[in-house]
Amino acid sequence: MSALQDKYKQLIDAANAAGISNLQVSEQGNVLHISGDAPTGAAKDQLWEIYGKIDPDYRAGNLILDIDVAASAGTKAKVTTDSTALNIRKGPGTDQPIVGKAAHGEIVTLQNKTNEQWWLIKTDTGVEGYAYAQYLSLQ
Amino acid sequence: MKVSKILLAVFLTAAVSFIGCKPKDSTIQKNIADKFAANPECAGATATVSDGVATLTGEVKDDMCKNTAETTAKDVKGVKSVVNNLTVPPPPPPPAAPTVSSDTALSQGVTDATKDFPTVKATVNNGEITVTGSIKRKDLTTLMQSLNSLHPAKINNQLTIK
Repeated sequence: MSALQDKYKQLIDAANAAGISNLQVSEQGNVLHISGDAPTGAAKDQLWEIYGKIDPDYRAGNLILDIDVAASAGTKAKVTTDSTALNIRKGPGTDQPIVGKAAHGEIVTLQNKTNEQWWLIKTDTGVEGYAYAQYLSLQ
Repeated sequence: MKVSKILLAVFLTAAVSFIGCKPKDSTIQKNIADKFAANPECAGATATVSDGVATLTGEVKDDMCKNTAETTAKDVKGVKSVVNNLTVPPPPPPPAAPTVSSDTALSQGVTDATKDFPTVKATVNNGEITVTGSIKRKDLTTLMQSLNSLHPAKINNQLTIK
């Protein structure tokens, strides 16, 4: 086992235990890449918590933790912004026009995951568009 | 003359009976099979015997098992030599190299990821994201999760954490 895999062993073990699918652990240029799809948002959070314990400031620069959360269309997601409303945009990108907003704490419905960053969502009032996935917690 | 004929006869009889005493190929083959069956390390190996030469075929777990099977066969009575044609499975392929996004995709991605953090400055070079400026401790994980999901080669975090 390499020194990097040894350093992040607890994280790799937890990823295996959490049932991360398509789990890939590889090294390139002295950076360890751990990627896969978590069955739940909680499983992803748990891995980030462990990462935060190993490297509290995420400053070592030798790990890329790329954990996506598996979800299908129709899944409900909660808006988890700090306090403000979440912009809903016409396309996947902050350069896209805003077509509506979802309030902090509001529950929206996932239409599809365009990519890891942008999800197409629909609010209960019928507004459909792209929102930044980091501020959506799958329910 | 008579004595030598007798000696020859005795010799021939001895030779014939000696050959007759040798285990038959089929017997040797069965004895090897029995020994293989008794040793889990030899699972997958089969032997065929011809004129006392045992040829091993099949796939065994690893090189150690391959050697064990050869030694096991050699120890069986009547085996003159062993041809070890056992194979071992190829080692598993090394894990695929991580996918790294293009700088163009990364630049777009960091713009989106840092939009809500005006005190954070991010640059992209050769697959590496470098973040400078400052951030509140409570926002750090949110930003890092976003950046990690962009498939960069590396993240250089030079942020001042407040």
